[in-house]
Amino acid sequence: MNKTLAILGWGAVAVAGALAVGTIAVHRGEPINALWLVVAAACCYALGYRFYSKFIAVKILALDGLRATPAERLENGRDFLVTNKWVVFGHHFAAIAGPGPLVGPVLAAQFGYLPGMMWVLAGAVFAGCVQDFVILLFSVRRDGKSLTEMAKDEIGRVGGFVAYVAVISILIILLGVAALIVVNALKASPWGTFTIAMTMPIALLMGVYLRRIRPGKVLEVSALGFVLVLAAIWGGQYVSQNAALARVFTFSAPTLAILIIVYGFAASALPVWLLLAPRDYLSTFVKLGTIALLAVGIVVLHPTLHMPALTRFVDGTGPVFAGKVFPFAFITIACGAISGFHALISSGTTPKLIARETETRMVGYGAMMAESAVAVMAIIAACVMQPGIYFAINSPAGIVGQAPAAAAATISSWGFPVTAADMQALAHAVGEQTLYNRTGGAPAFAVGMAHIFSHSLGGETLMALWYHFAIMFEALFILTILDAGTRVARFMVQDALGHIYKPLGRTSWYPSILGTSALIVAAWGYFLWQGVKDPLGGINSLWPLFGIANQLLATVALCVATTIIIKMHRARYAAVTLVPLAWLVAVTFTASWYKMFDANPRVGFLAQARTLAAGPATGATARLIFNNRLDAAVTGALVVMVLLVLVESGRQWWGILSGTREAPVKESPFVRTRLVEEQG
Amino acid sequence: MKKIVSGWGTFMAALREIFDEAAYSRFLGRAGVASSSEAYAAFRREFEEVKVRRPKCC
Repeated sequence: MNKTLAILGWGAVAVAGALAVGTIAVHRGEPINALWLVVAAACCYALGYRFYSKFIAVKILALDGLRATPAERLENGRDFLVTNKWVVFGHHFAAIAGPGPLVGPVLAAQFGYLPGMMWVLAGAVFAGCVQDFVILLFSVRRDGKSLTEMAKDEIGRVGGFVAYVAVISILIILLGVAALIVVNALKASPWGTFTIAMTMPIALLMGVYLRRIRPGKVLEVSALGFVLVLAAIWGGQYVSQNAALARVFTFSAPTLAILIIVYGFAASALPVWLLLAPRDYLSTFVKLGTIALLAVGIVVLHPTLHMPALTRFVDGTGPVFAGKVFPFAFITIACGAISGFHALISSGTTPKLIARETETRMVGYGAMMAESAVAVMAIIAACVMQPGIYFAINSPAGIVGQAPAAAAATISSWGFPVTAADMQALAHAVGEQTLYNRTGGAPAFAVGMAHIFSHSLGGETLMALWYHFAIMFEALFILTILDAGTRVARFMVQDALGHIYKPLGRTSWYPSILGTSALIVAAWGYFLWQGVKDPLGGINSLWPLFGIANQLLATVALCVATTIIIKMHRARYAAVTLVPLAWLVAVTFTASWYKMFDANPRVGFLAQARTLAAGPATGATARLIFNNRLDAAVTGALVVMVLLVLVESGRQWWGILSGTREAPVKESPFVRTRLVEEQG
Repeated sequence: MKKIVSGWGTFMAALREIFDEAAYSRFLGRAGVASSSEAYAAFRREFEEVKVRRPKCC
């Protein structure tokens, strides 16, 4: 009876999912309701988790509930600790959920909602969730080793080295892009800048409260900080309406870039307990709360999507970023579908908390599904806007012009009607002077989010508050990524330099701290400055670069996973990681080729350098030419390194399968768990 | 009702872990001291080395 009910129940889920996906895929001409996307996502995730992840767990990984995990064997009460699976799930999700799944889908919405939605669903179920799950399990079976250590052990020194360089590169490019998103969101926005500036004294207050008044009561002080941030958002309205105060908090993009670079250096070099740790807590509190609120808002409002399923820009002429739907939709959306960076977290803190191997399925596969759901929400937020408004916000001045009327006319000529009056009214409604040329995805996402929130709670009168709440939410946790990422990169560089000269590896030695902090901040600051000065808005060149680097890291992670699967004598199931690997290789190598060599100057770095070189020579032009050549060189270097890993992995696989190479599995020895006996 | 209470308990435990309150409690237990300004400062010193190395995703 139970079995019959289960078959009927899962059959119903499959039918509902097929209907929803079919509606999304074939519906043309009329707008569709966002609930179709929600139902399609819920059904795909449910089916993927129930059947595909179980297949992987049973047939390939052979999860063993009796095998003691490092959390049990090496428990030390600090990083190794047996933890409830739901607690680990929350912990893991909080670490993998960043701005990527919000910004990427918003940018990719220029192709329409269909490509992004299909990639988010298929990419997550068949690639991203699989990667996170298998890497987590393999790390658990290797005492919580990191991806770079596993790459070195399983593929060879080349694998370890490439993984290391890819991680550093991604961090630097990511930090540059993240800072650029904040700059574009806050430039000429006294309200937004004031709110973000206020998070600093609020964090200081939280730091003092935590240290002196109620030591360790982080949840309590985070809730207090959240209330103060809401008050700051409210106060920002008065700042923006007061001419003298508004002037104080109005900055140009270059000035904001310099302020953020200085902040990044201070964040990396100074002790963290007073400012940075409380900011991190505040950001996490806001992040988790806002994501939950957005999910509720979408279900309550179930808005109509005004963006068409496919736009004319699938041909590569899009204003947000140039490039055809293949491969660029697949590198623009990373974290919502598959992100190499997740492999670092799956082989970082999380494997040291897992109590039983069987829980890696829920934590690894399940948390990535939740992340993918965040990307679906971002697609909905971007597509509820009228397309003309979406393009007016996201198109750089270099494409649509500076003058409102000219920009509106250009966008309308693409078939997405918008008027200067519409944009003026929207800017007024959200409390901004203008919303034109706000590239980077964050302002567009904020407008979409404000639309959803204001229509489900508070009405149009609260639109401006919700918009600035959304901007604060994005900027706050992007800045948290900025300081956390700078510190992580600093430690990685210090670890490496310590092999050359020991004191450089000491994380408490101030000359080393200052030197390595300056090095990292200069690296991402360079990319930030390049983006700020780019007439095409910066995002056009930097986001694809970040996407390529991130997906190349996923390629390395999937190489490691495939190698281990083959070594485990499960070669007949290797397609589970080989197919996503092949797809990612196709996507990233094609995208890299386009970005380096495409003849269209908006796409190819070298073509743009040639076009600039053919024009009048100025200091600014010379810098732009150098930047483009540098971007091409960085892309080329990453591709060559990943090619080396692929070749090295291929040699391993061939050797093992042909019997000419031994295949020792470098797992920790089996130790029977004591948790089962303890639980009776 | 029992399930709701248990679910709420797990939810709060997850929040306490994410926000490092649980780590602080374990520190107090391990060090055998009561919560105080000095104990929290010692916890932060010990914990910082682990915490700052945690990657956070994009």
